[in-house]
Amino acid sequence: MGRWITLTVNGSKRRVEVKDNEILLDVLRDKLKVKSVKAACWRGECGLCSILLNGKLVKSCLVLAVEVDGSEILTVEGLARDGELAPIQRSFIEHGALQCGFCTPAFVLASHKLLEENPSASEDEIKESLSGIVCRCGTYYEIIEAIKDASKHYQVRKKV
Amino acid sequence: MIPRIEYYKFENLSEALSYLRNNPDSKIIAGGTDLIIQLRSKKINARKLLDISRINELKYIQDGSEYFRIGALVTIEELKKSKVIKDYAQPLWRAVNNFAVWQVRNTATIGGNICNASPAADTVPPLIVLEAKLKLQNIERVREVKIEEFFKGPGETIIERDEILTEIVIPKKNSLWRYSFIKLGRRHSHILSIVNVAVGLKMNNTKIEDAIIALGSVAPTPVRAKNVEEYLRERQATSKLIDEASREVVKDIKPISDVRASAEYRVEMSKLLVKKALNECLDIMK
Ligand SMILES: Cc1cc2nc3c(=O)[nH]c(=O)nc-3n(C[C@H](O)[C@H](O)[C@H](O)COP(=O)(O)OP(=O)(O)OC[C@H]3O[C@@H](n4cnc5c(N)ncnc54)[C@H](O)[C@@H]3O)c2cc1C
Ligand code: FES
Ligand code: FES
Repeated sequence: MGRWITLTVNGSKRRVEVKDNEILLDVLRDKLKVKSVKAACWRGECGLCSILLNGKLVKSCLVLAVEVDGSEILTVEGLARDGELAPIQRSFIEHGALQCGFCTPAFVLASHKLLEENPSASEDEIKESLSGIVCRCGTYYEIIEAIKDASKHYQVRKKV
Repeated sequence: MIPRIEYYKFENLSEALSYLRNNPDSKIIAGGTDLIIQLRSKKINARKLLDISRINELKYIQDGSEYFRIGALVTIEELKKSKVIKDYAQPLWRAVNNFAVWQVRNTATIGGNICNASPAADTVPPLIVLEAKLKLQNIERVREVKIEEFFKGPGETIIERDEILTEIVIPKKNSLWRYSFIKLGRRHSHILSIVNVAVGLKMNNTKIEDAIIALGSVAPTPVRAKNVEEYLRERQATSKLIDEASREVVKDIKPISDVRASAEYRVEMSKLLVKKALNECLDIMK
């Protein structure tokens, strides 16, 4: 029937049986129970299904599970270290950068990746990098403030 | 879930090509950013998928003395970060800087953008203007075709069922050529182009020696604006000439109305964007 693939999800190895036509997004949510990854449009438009796949930000609704056998996946569940939230997570809380919270995991993950790559990202660069994620509650202003504020922690990290 | 398919993956080109020869009913998947959506909406029916995304021999940007070469699996994000592209393929570089969103650019390939054959594909007008050629390879041979001859209609190309697009070859032209690219979309880059225009002008002081102009989204395939080019050739670059030449574009295009814009709007915008792109090109020279 299906075939077994191995994924490293947030640091732990997971084996899962998938069919050739199964979408990674559905496997993550329904089979591996990684529920921070949201499904809304299934057609590459909302960005809520964003994950880090082998270190690159991608939309998991545009990927087949069989394509990524052997890959590493990071979602927002994997950001905290030893029970401590990542600076970007704390900053989202401090700035109240959410209302319903549905878009939050995607924004947190994308901004974490952005700041790791470019801790001194300008406001324009922040906006461009996040333009693939939709917030229906319209909390963009707070999100951008949260990212600008968190950036200092990533600058420090990059120096050491 | 998408309809049932059988999935095959090869990590080297010759294995993929011999698989394709024996399984001509297979659909190729590279980044999947067009294909997965088309499979889901049943716009495309495929029984078998050939995943070429792990073929590392098709991931390179090679800078030679007369040509530079781009492997078909290079992603849009990699093009965006490439100094070679920035230095030698200005209009392409402009196009990839206004392309989709980060997540999509990370997986979308240049080969997929071309082979998907959308009339709106953003890399195509720049590649036409740069006089790019495409290498199409099957198990026995490689052939080279001009990119403008590649497209037959929306989603249709001259590629054979046993062929893979392996490389995009761009000649390095002399420094008298100047380029520009403009994309009009409903949002800056998120969305498919309503009209896109690439322009190349070969200048001798203020005289236009040669011109190549290509537009997307205004006909069933990306098109050359040959009437505009003809109007410009061997003439002095004055603002009157640019005005008149831009209007000629209506003879080169056959736009339709769709969800993104009406045909009338596209006609007006084509004139305006050609004019703007020509002026931008001339401005760079000042
Ligand atoms: C949110 C979003 C925004 C987008 N924005 C833009 C945009 O701004 N501009 C734009 O132009 N496009 C845009 N696109 C469309 C798409 O991302 C691009 O066309 C992309 O370059 C396709 O590449 P891919 O590798 O994902 O192709 P795939 O989906 O893997 O393949 C596309 C087609 O090409 C064929 N194919 C792929 N590679 C080869 C090859 N080497 N040889 C032979 N056949 C091949 C496949 O069989 C398929 O028919 C967008 C898509 C999304 C989802
Ligand atoms: S569910 Fe993937 S982009 Fe909307
Ligand atoms: S907080 Fe509700 S969608 Fe963004």
